[in-house]
Amino acid sequence: MRLQLELRPSTPTWFNVVLPTAAILVTLVFCSALIMAAGADIVSSYKAMIVGAFGGRFNLVETMVKAAPLIFTGLAVAVAFRAKFWNIGAEGQLLAGAMAAAFIGAREGLPTWSLAPLMILGGAVAGALWASVPAVLKIRYKVDDVVATLMLNFVMFYLMMALLAGPWKDPLSGYPDSPDIRTAAEFRILWEPTRLHLGVLLAVVTAIIIWVVMNRTTLGFAIRAVGENARAAGHAGLSVGRVVLYTAILSGALAGLAGVGEVAGLHFQVMASLSPGYGYSGIVIAMLARLNPLGVVPAALFFAMVATGAETMSRKTGVPVFLADVIQGSSLIFMLVALLFTTYRVRVRRHASV
Amino acid sequence: MSSSIPLLEMRGIEKRFGDVCANKSVDLTLHSGEVLGLLGENGAGKTTLMNVLFGMYSADAGTVRVAGSAVSIDCPADAIAAGVGMVHQHFHLVLRHTVLENLLVGQPSLHGRLNKANVRRRLDEIGERYGLTLPAESVAGELSVGEQQRLEIVKALFRGARVLILDEPTSVLTPQQTEGLFEAMRAMAKEGVGIIFISHKLGEVLDITDRLTIMRRGEVVATLDNDGALSRRQLAELMCGHELEPPRKASAQKGAVLLELKSVGLRGHTGVRERLADVSLAVRGGEIVGMAGVSGNGQKELAEVIAGVIRPERGQVEINGYAVRNANPRMMRRLGLAYIPEDRIGAGLLPSLSLSDSMMLPRFNQHPFSRFGWLNRTAIQDFVREQVKQYGIRVSRHDVRTGTLSGGNLQKALLARELAFHPLVVVAAQPTRGLDVGAVEFVHSRFLELRSQGRAVLLISEDLEELFALSDRILVLYAGRVVGNLCTNGTSVSEVGLLMTGSAAEAV
Repeated sequence: MRLQLELRPSTPTWFNVVLPTAAILVTLVFCSALIMAAGADIVSSYKAMIVGAFGGRFNLVETMVKAAPLIFTGLAVAVAFRAKFWNIGAEGQLLAGAMAAAFIGAREGLPTWSLAPLMILGGAVAGALWASVPAVLKIRYKVDDVVATLMLNFVMFYLMMALLAGPWKDPLSGYPDSPDIRTAAEFRILWEPTRLHLGVLLAVVTAIIIWVVMNRTTLGFAIRAVGENARAAGHAGLSVGRVVLYTAILSGALAGLAGVGEVAGLHFQVMASLSPGYGYSGIVIAMLARLNPLGVVPAALFFAMVATGAETMSRKTGVPVFLADVIQGSSLIFMLVALLFTTYRVRVRRHASV
Repeated sequence: MSSSIPLLEMRGIEKRFGDVCANKSVDLTLHSGEVLGLLGENGAGKTTLMNVLFGMYSADAGTVRVAGSAVSIDCPADAIAAGVGMVHQHFHLVLRHTVLENLLVGQPSLHGRLNKANVRRRLDEIGERYGLTLPAESVAGELSVGEQQRLEIVKALFRGARVLILDEPTSVLTPQQTEGLFEAMRAMAKEGVGIIFISHKLGEVLDITDRLTIMRRGEVVATLDNDGALSRRQLAELMCGHELEPPRKASAQKGAVLLELKSVGLRGHTGVRERLADVSLAVRGGEIVGMAGVSGNGQKELAEVIAGVIRPERGQVEINGYAVRNANPRMMRRLGLAYIPEDRIGAGLLPSLSLSDSMMLPRFNQHPFSRFGWLNRTAIQDFVREQVKQYGIRVSRHDVRTGTLSGGNLQKALLARELAFHPLVVVAAQPTRGLDVGAVEFVHSRFLELRSQGRAVLLISEDLEELFALSDRILVLYAGRVVGNLCTNGTSVSEVGLLMTGSAAEAV
């Protein structure tokens, strides 16, 4: 008797829900071993994590606030990966968007009502421009998009650090923090006195809009067709290069919006620690969501929950906060394994009777 | 021929894939020294049965006996040990190795040294016995397709095959090469090898086989002696279970030239030799022009130049009298071109997206499929439903993944999509390759319909039967050049076959 993989004729829709859930459950079981190794009780540790993430108004809002940039970067990656444009550069595009928002939000000459819309627009444009660089390199000169997008993250990060060390250095404290944006530019708080800001709502609405774009518009279809079979799309008359460029622009704009939300809704300035790797987490989130824009929202919430919950868990049970990284990382591995079952099923194979 | 104990006996073979029963209690008998034809449409279960025999799948039920003794075949190694050899449609050769080295692969070494002398002796022995001679020191990649196939057969015999499965062996051969293969098959049969011959070409099947087993929907529907009284019609009808109309070529009014190539030249990236040299041709409305040739002689390049996928370095393409400069696929389609690529899935369809997605691909951003950037789902569904009905595409739902359709249904979907909006010029590359009799008949009737509607059709095919049945004229492409322009009524299969191998070109 042995196990054998067999191709599935079609994939049931409920797999989209069951597989990520199963992957997350396996992840939690796997991480139980680490909690045990840290000498803590598994049940109380996970309980502390859940309380830390959802228990009470403030914890709940913190999780949602943390999820907002992750939704945007998750969407950015989901859109790009659909066209097989391997955008690993959401991190850099996020920073570009954040810097544009911080710049616009601090302009004294602008009318107050125009500040928020201009920050949103400017951040999206900055992210889109930064993402179109590797796209043009790929289309024109066949430069590998993985390498180009990844490397441009570091370029953007050090550009930002240079700005913070020079023209944007805080004149009073001397810290590498940019000047604050104007109070009128700050995103509205939706639920006083928590930190639930407009950006969170914007993120969820954007996820719905992107789902509509991907499934109901010609642009979304072109993106899916090029990603599925660029050669067939080309033969059918699509300009594959142009579609890749549009995809990069859309993807970069979404990542840029992640940066806008962080600046306008949370920090009101740009500083070195603005993004703890939201752009990279976006890759895992997009994969967990199976590149479905609506799936990005729960996937990002899961990531945010783990991140905020781990701090509470660490305080209460002594398990190092880095467990959050292990959970997030291993969830990707288990999700990738789970994806195997969307195309294959396991059959127990007996020897043929003779 | 028929000794009391058959060489191979398969009894009650069952194989299910999910809900689909690919083999339903199939019996198959093969005697020593016999050529058995295995016939059936695509999806009839021939390939599954052969994969069971060769150990690629294990059967859910049933027994296999070789020379009277039961064998358990769980992997190809078991099959080889039992004396079963298979030559696949796609060869499994190490192209950088020599003929001899290809035979050495998988052979036990002698005290750490490869037993080259012994292998060489066996190669000569097999060559002499079956008339399968091969240059031992030539690199496999430099052999012709016919020779590579011969090497595959020798490899199977070398490993001790008494039962030899040949899966569509003639689909890659010219008529002359096919004759060579048949001679070798007769020699092998004379020496006691049992051969299972799978082919869609019924003429060949009637030529070479002693007996026929015909499958339909996973079951054996008939086993017949090929006593010379069988007809192609009879076999075709057994295979598809209903009567067939032979394609009838009505006389069609020839119109203006709709597709014209003027001295098209293409060197391509490699630049070693010209892939297309000074190709000129014209196709009128109401005309089917066949393009014959062994694949790799420029057919793919020719089709892609006309489709606008690659730009020629010299010459020009005219559609409906309009000379196209800096062509791209979109422009060619606008001018009225429909293109059915040889690689249907790779260059035509979207395997993991839905059938609807694949079918709207070339026109998704035009009326009625979309307006102002929004897809019109209703219009798309109506279109797909209509085409599925008209072309008899067998699908459970319209949102089924394209890649799960069978070969014949995929080709029908592609044809439906390309022909739905009344193209002026149709370029089709190998449109019936790998299709079963029913689907081939359907495709042919569509082409004849286009012809009677006054469209221009350029039919690129390796199947001479098809070209002779459909074309008004036959062009022959060899080494990137048009080496023959013949009227179908004034030529013969052997003349075209000779031109395809380039022999006549050298004489000119």
